[in-house]
Amino acid sequence: MAAQGKIDPMHQFTIEPIASLHIGSYNVSFTNSALWMTITLVLIFGFMALGMKRQLVPGRWQVAVEGLTGFVDDMVKVNIGPEGKKFVPYIFTLFTFILVSNFLGLLPLAIIPGLHPFTTTSQFSLTGVLAVMSFSIVLIVGFWRHGLGFFKLFVPHGTPLPMIPLIFPIEFISFWVRPFSLGLRLFVAMIAGHILMEVFGSFIVNGLNGGALGWGVGILSFLFVIFVVALELLMCAIQAYVFALLTTLYLSDAIHLH
Amino acid sequence: MPQISQLSEVFSSQLFWLALVFGLIFFGIGRGMLPKIRSTVDARDHQVSDDLEKAKAARTGAEETEARWRVRMDEARVEAAHIAHEAKSESGRETEARIKAAVDEIDSRVEAARQRIRDAAAAARAELEAVAADAAQQMVEQLTGIKVESQDAAKAVEAELQVMTTIER
Repeated sequence: MAAQGKIDPMHQFTIEPIASLHIGSYNVSFTNSALWMTITLVLIFGFMALGMKRQLVPGRWQVAVEGLTGFVDDMVKVNIGPEGKKFVPYIFTLFTFILVSNFLGLLPLAIIPGLHPFTTTSQFSLTGVLAVMSFSIVLIVGFWRHGLGFFKLFVPHGTPLPMIPLIFPIEFISFWVRPFSLGLRLFVAMIAGHILMEVFGSFIVNGLNGGALGWGVGILSFLFVIFVVALELLMCAIQAYVFALLTTLYLSDAIHLH
Repeated sequence: MPQISQLSEVFSSQLFWLALVFGLIFFGIGRGMLPKIRSTVDARDHQVSDDLEKAKAARTGAEETEARWRVRMDEARVEAAHIAHEAKSESGRETEARIKAAVDEIDSRVEAARQRIRDAAAAARAELEAVAADAAQQMVEQLTGIKVESQDAAKAVEAELQVMTTIER
């Protein structure tokens, strides 16, 4: 921490309890992570509620809300088809939750002393749960619709018979890797971006304390941080999109079996 | 890395709050508000396509009406030309008839006048003949002493006059 004279780039990921809370033997304390999740919920609800006038000729806000829902609708329609309609609420929830959480983590709240944003999606305890949830839905939908025929997913169409013993394990492993890649991708993208920003931020601070050469380094770091923040803003949207998109693709696999 | 060092400590809390928040978004917004927004969009799309359909139908109707109107106009124009032609030829015939009637009348009057002239001429000639016969009878009687029958005198005069008229002609 800065108090000890050095800046710890990992400190921003620490979860600190705000109000202690227990259910049975489980610790469900209201933490800063829970606080930012709640803020996410409030923001999404507010955004949607302001677009709920349901006018025939929409206002600006309603157009924005309908744009978001239309975007998710289209993504599901394109990737899954008409059967995907019942998954729209889930994909919408995933997309908006991740998107808003990502953006909240980038808010420059640290300017105000005592406040700092917390990126809930930089916790793999959270992204992992989201990934497992998506993957479980894929498994449930797959076995529900096709029963044991779902295993045909691991044998792509037109595979020559002698190749099946080889293809099957490969497909099987790649299938089981999906939840890990899904959860880790978001987690890694978020944590890496935030560490990068923190590290270059500390370069600026340390550089400005370190004479003429330090000033040079500080200014360079400042320019670089601007670039990184712009990239991170893009990354926030892309990661949310990728998570939702991959979930629809996996669902499409489960429904159509290739 | 706090994510790993804190994992066992905070996982239950993370899971609980994620489940709560995610569940609220899913049921409250995803299943509660989203379908309403979608139905609004669908209703608007329907309305727009309906209106377009209606406009298209109205346009087709207008085009049909115009086509019918044009056909009727063409017919009316043809009929008008026909009537005009008819009227022209009718009036022509009438004029012709009137001219012909006038010409006939004029001819008949001319003929009547000629007749009167001929009658007058014939009467004059008859008188002349009578006077000439009388004169010839007396001249012959005085010159020769022969008494000529008045009928013979009249015949001779007539023959003479006939010759004269022939010569005159």
